[in-house]
Amino acid sequence: MRPTFSIICFTVLSGIGYGAWFLAGISLATHPLCFALDESSMSRLPGSLCNLPLTNLVSFLLAFALVATGLLCSLAHLGKPKRAWRALSQWRSSWLSREGIAALVTFVPASLLALTGFLVWTTNHPSWVFAPFWSMFALPLLGICLSAGALITVYCTANIYSSLKTIRAWHDRKVVAAYLLLALYGGLLFATAMARSDFAWMSVRDALCVITVMVAIPCVWLKYRYWRSLDTQPHISTGHAVGLELLGITRPLEAPHTEENYLTREMGFVLARKHSRKLRAIAFGLILFSPIVGFLLGLAIGPAASWLALTGGTLGLFVERWLFFAEARHAVIAYYGR
Amino acid sequence: MTSLPSPSPKKLGLVIDLDICVGCHACAVACKEWNDGGEFGPLPDADPYGGEPNGVWFNRVHTYAVEQETPQGARELTVHFPRSCLHCETPACVTVCPTGASYKRAEDGIVLVDEDKCIGCQLCAWACPYGAREISAKKGTMQKCTLCVDRIYNETLDEADRQPACVMACPTRARHFGDLGDAQSPVSRLVAERDGYALMPEFGYKPVNRYLPPRPRRDGASASPAPAREETLEREKLPGVLRWLDRVLSR
Ligand code: SF4
Ligand code: SF4
Repeated sequence: MRPTFSIICFTVLSGIGYGAWFLAGISLATHPLCFALDESSMSRLPGSLCNLPLTNLVSFLLAFALVATGLLCSLAHLGKPKRAWRALSQWRSSWLSREGIAALVTFVPASLLALTGFLVWTTNHPSWVFAPFWSMFALPLLGICLSAGALITVYCTANIYSSLKTIRAWHDRKVVAAYLLLALYGGLLFATAMARSDFAWMSVRDALCVITVMVAIPCVWLKYRYWRSLDTQPHISTGHAVGLELLGITRPLEAPHTEENYLTREMGFVLARKHSRKLRAIAFGLILFSPIVGFLLGLAIGPAASWLALTGGTLGLFVERWLFFAEARHAVIAYYGR
Repeated sequence: MTSLPSPSPKKLGLVIDLDICVGCHACAVACKEWNDGGEFGPLPDADPYGGEPNGVWFNRVHTYAVEQETPQGARELTVHFPRSCLHCETPACVTVCPTGASYKRAEDGIVLVDEDKCIGCQLCAWACPYGAREISAKKGTMQKCTLCVDRIYNETLDEADRQPACVMACPTRARHFGDLGDAQSPVSRLVAERDGYALMPEFGYKPVNRYLPPRPRRDGASASPAPAREETLEREKLPGVLRWLDRVLSR
């Protein structure tokens, strides 16, 4: 499949954003008051319960921007972007439609939280956030909704691909698991980079680094298994596609058209398959080693290392996603014998 | 609605005789011509008179060589293979559509795209294993065979002309149109007589169209055993960035 830049951007960027929102939602559900405090009061809180870096307004809005940019990128893939709203109608049968709805619904708790954060910030510790309704009910609930929405949206995205029988590589449960885990991985890298540099945040960043490495391991293991099964999948032969395999080995003698057409451009992509080994090694290495290097380097140079880890890991995700599309063979290519 | 309608007794479709198709592309040209001017047209091409003309065709005619052994030695059988929408009974190209633009008609099973609803997400083209859908770069919407729904029910045409354009145009009568849901229809009888088959049934889409295999040849040919195939990359055809990437990675 042709690796379309808009879709790669969409899945990687919004994946990281949703991963971050997922974590932010959990932080909010467990420590709702963190949202209402600023740094100085947070570090004064007993046990520094609020050392969760994604509940502050800036990082929350950054994650918001990632999700929104990703979704806007996905619109660029459409032939008729202005009609995108129509995609919300067929949730009964279409994963793409379900994804669209999940993405929109997730913006509800996200926007409400952003608004609350903004009000808290402008009014400087308003007392209303400490009222039980907000601290015990509204904020945790919004947090849970945010996490659930992020999870469901990424699950739907992954299912768009894994539900396609025509692309054998994708028609695999590992695809869904990898999308979810890699989104969490991206979110963790993001959260680590967002952790503040003062001492109170230090231990949190270290802890996040270690968790990221622990998530990176199953990520690369899953991808390794995915690539292994990709390599062992038999191709559909031309004879089989045409239905003449019993008559003998079938090969294309003359193409139906002299120039490339939509099908050969969109589905006949070979570059990645030629270089797959190297690119896989690059993706594997970047995803696994970015957080490890980030952690070790962090001991020496401090918070800048987490930004380095985020950059490296994101690059790894881009290569991984590029390969995900570029390496996948579509059934129709058998008719062209490519 | 992109949920599939309950199966209709009427299943309109094509039966294509690979034994007598001569690969003249008349069906493909007639299809392009009719649909460029018909109810679903136009079908504009990009760069039509330039170096790389390309555009949507609902029907593509491949030509294959089939290696066979005969008592006199190896030889190849040439098979021409027109490929278009098979109007499947349970196709994922309909269910994946997020907008309801891609639909299957309950009354006769024809699979169509409502161009006013299509957002051009191309998921349906990804879901079709038979390559029956192409997006129009010019229009931004998905295009596909309509089984000439604007001809077959068209009362302004003579009764004899109420057939798909490809069927009318075929000089060897290799293409037949009819109701494959009716076991007594001429097309169904033809399929039964000649062991007509469906393409890649393992996808579970249940194609309606059938292909009639080449008849056995008199030279007693049989299939020859299968070798492996290598894929090739045509570097000159890649855009600049990818060509550079290919060079770097090839080191
Ligand atoms: S041939 Fe392809 S486009 Fe036509 S109905 Fe079947 S799956 Fe859909
Ligand atoms: S390209 Fe159009 S018809 Fe196809 S799935 Fe998308 S919206 Fe539906």
